[in-house]
Amino acid sequence: MLPPRAFAQLARTPLNNMPEIIKRVTGGAVINKGRVKLNVPPLVENGHLVPLGVTVDSPMTATDYVSEIHVFTEKNPLPEMISFHIGPRAGRAAIATRVRLADTENVVAIARLSDGSYWSDSAFVIVTLAACLEEL
Amino acid sequence: MAVARLDVPKTAKRGEIIEIRTLVSHVMENGFRRNYLGVPLPRDIITDFSCSYNGVEICRVALYPSIAANPFLSFTTIATESGTLTFNWRGDNGFNHSETASIAVE
Repeated sequence: MLPPRAFAQLARTPLNNMPEIIKRVTGGAVINKGRVKLNVPPLVENGHLVPLGVTVDSPMTATDYVSEIHVFTEKNPLPEMISFHIGPRAGRAAIATRVRLADTENVVAIARLSDGSYWSDSAFVIVTLAACLEEL
Repeated sequence: MAVARLDVPKTAKRGEIIEIRTLVSHVMENGFRRNYLGVPLPRDIITDFSCSYNGVEICRVALYPSIAANPFLSFTTIATESGTLTFNWRGDNGFNHSETASIAVE
């Protein structure tokens, strides 16, 4: 059961065009579930600074590696958050950054592997103090 | 002038996977906010980051307005040889900042 305030936030912000943008980035390819692990806290008090990490299960050899890691959100004004372009020299597919979240929403991480396949993971984050659209 | 903080190990064993962490001072004004008069604040963000290891690009990042102020980025690389890591941030309004760090690989 979500707290009442989280319910209010769910209704407040409309969805952005995330599915369309994901389709543009992946070229409409099939996105498989698994191999990707999106690490983001399930409940954040301050949407202005949310630690976010992505790891992908990959041997990271010269012939089998992760080439791209993208992160998207469904309610920020723009769906794209960040895109990492890495390669076999990374040794390990593990990235981290800090993002803003405009509302209680789903976050999606998508990894592109060297064989052209796409893998994803998503997380639902409850945000108490929203970022992005506040007035000063 | 931007201030950047780098966390790169000074020494590493050959073949070791090292974690690189970077932080740069920047407002990352997302372009969707308004001031108290209702006037939109123009977008001012860092859009691109790249890291080169002895001249070879090992990581490139595209940043969007959803990234928090003072962007923090963390990634990994294999310590292959002694040399220099070059970091470059580019963004709106001609923002361009570079930093270097040296690493000794034994």
